[in-house]
Amino acid sequence: MPEEIGLNHYLLLGALLFVCGAVCMASKRNAIGVLMGVELVLNGATVNFVAFAHFNPAFVIEGQVFALFVIVMAAAEAAIALAIVLNFYNNHLTVDVDTAEELKG
Amino acid sequence: MSFQVFLFYLLAGLTGLCAISVVVTQNIVRAAAWLLFTLAGVSGILFFLGANFVGATQLLVYVGGTLVLVVFGVMLTAQGPFITMKTGAAEWAVSTLVGLLLYGVLATAILTRTKTNDFATGPATQQGGELTRSTVLGESLLGIEQATPKANVTGVPAEKRKDLPSKGERSPVGYLLPFEIVSVHLLVVLIGAAYLARTKRRRQAEGGQPAPRVEGS
Repeated sequence: MPEEIGLNHYLLLGALLFVCGAVCMASKRNAIGVLMGVELVLNGATVNFVAFAHFNPAFVIEGQVFALFVIVMAAAEAAIALAIVLNFYNNHLTVDVDTAEELKG
Repeated sequence: MSFQVFLFYLLAGLTGLCAISVVVTQNIVRAAAWLLFTLAGVSGILFFLGANFVGATQLLVYVGGTLVLVVFGVMLTAQGPFITMKTGAAEWAVSTLVGLLLYGVLATAILTRTKTNDFATGPATQQGGELTRSTVLGESLLGIEQATPKANVTGVPAEKRKDLPSKGERSPVGYLLPFEIVSVHLLVVLIGAAYLARTKRRRQAEGGQPAPRVEGS
């Protein structure tokens, strides 16, 4: 095991979160599960931003500011997505994304 | 192995395990609980990186706000068959394969970074310890503090960079306006969400109830 934690460790953790989120988005049938996948992806991006900010002296502030933006955007996205899911549930009495096929050609 | 390294591996391992559990579990309520631990672990990682304000914001906004929204969504919709919706074995195989391949690509790209991209071998000690205080973060949002002290990668030409005012004057690189825009955006989005999620009983009564459709599982 290395004696010092480098940038690669954080990048690997961020990549793991990203991949988990992507697989979650692809494989879950519950619409809220898909939303959880999006949250995981955004968290991976946050980890990457702050890790780069910590290890690159030119981006000490920028990385943290963009991480804040990502967090706020994630809150907005979660609010809108949950409103759409609840609306879909009210109209169709299901949250299965496979049944949302009215726009299918 | 120093205590710092041990703490990082403990934190990162727990966060990664919780993230994998979010994907693997079929119960949506348990997935929400695992997501809670993942977000808390990510905020711990942010604290570990010295980004105290971002870590605190992560705890407040994500764990306290967004996750409560998600849990409310789970509670309002988790009825009967929707708590555990099984994914097919073929879909699992394909998504796991794609996920492993994606992680392989990302890990290869991370671990084989060339030395020219390796801009820093260690943490920004002389700048980082002082600059990551939340006071300085707020000052750089206002443009009082120079946001990019060593900005040689932001695309600003070297001859233009000399015109930037020194510390104490107002710097043109402040992030207050984007921050305000994001705040107003969040307000607009929340109003829109409240509008979208409201009940429409009267319209349904006029147009007749939509046919209930419970398909799958």
